[in-house]
Amino acid sequence: MHELSVTESLLEIALRHGKSANASHITDLYLVIGQLSSLIDDSVQFYWDIVSKDTLAEGANLHFQRISTQIRCLDCASCFVPAGEDLSCPNCLSTRIEVTAGEEFFLEAINVET
Amino acid sequence: MVEKIKVIENILSANDNLAQENRARFDQAGLLALNFMASPGAGKTSLVEVTVKSLAGRFRLAVIDGDIATSLDADRAAAAGAIAVQINTGGECHLDAVMVREALPLLDLDAIDLLIVENVGNLVCPASFQLGTHKNILIASIPEGDDKPYKYPGMYRGVAVLVINKIDLLPYVDFDMDFFKRGVELLNPGVLTFPVSCKTGDGLLNWVEWLVSEIENHREKVAG
Repeated sequence: MHELSVTESLLEIALRHGKSANASHITDLYLVIGQLSSLIDDSVQFYWDIVSKDTLAEGANLHFQRISTQIRCLDCASCFVPAGEDLSCPNCLSTRIEVTAGEEFFLEAINVET
Repeated sequence: MVEKIKVIENILSANDNLAQENRARFDQAGLLALNFMASPGAGKTSLVEVTVKSLAGRFRLAVIDGDIATSLDADRAAAAGAIAVQINTGGECHLDAVMVREALPLLDLDAIDLLIVENVGNLVCPASFQLGTHKNILIASIPEGDDKPYKYPGMYRGVAVLVINKIDLLPYVDFDMDFFKRGVELLNPGVLTFPVSCKTGDGLLNWVEWLVSEIENHREKVAG
């Protein structure tokens, strides 16, 4: 993933919502990241400290909620969490599958001081 | 006073919104826009060249070429018969919706039927950034190896069409097509696939015929 662009985008969203709530300070950001989104937490944190400097969100804590990958088999309809890289159905061995969770990539909420 | 504010916004929403604006401009002009993605050296520019040569005369073609530096690719696309614009990303490893938007004033969109955006060679980052194009096309190639779907699942999951280039090299390379296809099938069941060789011309007829029908269907859809 592209952590710098992602972090800049994150800041833009947080500031927009913070300002419309008349926040004096944004203290926390709650992110929801699916396992398949391959975002590196440490790297986002590193850029965050730089890009948030001198803004409403300076020093805000980043909370990462990780969502595990969940798959639904399109043939036998069983739902499962894949073991490792193999996404095929453990029940009927079908490769016709659909990802039902694990692609999340959003900012859920922020904490602000007003 | 501390207050929790609900946001629920996609982290790349700024890019996604711009991509939608690009899409609206493409639709207004009635053109079909494709995003070519691949690793470096897979044959993106070769596929652009043969595609442009096959369709020039029948359709009006334009290419936006993304590279970190040089205009080598745009020069090749122009020599083949397309209107070509080069974007130099200056180090960025992917194109995003802003870069594409900035290139659009250089093109007369109303006078174009097919716009190919050739992304920066990379199997990771381009997958995360929508450009506003109608379809994502991945060009895989035999010398890259048969394990690429397993190693770059994000890219293989997000594409509408897979072109497998350099099939003329199959006799010389350890490439297990069944293993490769199983990886693709797991990530993107039923994805439309075109095995081709841009060098020998093998398989290109199917690809070109598909493109022609896509351009025509798209034109009808937008007009209707």
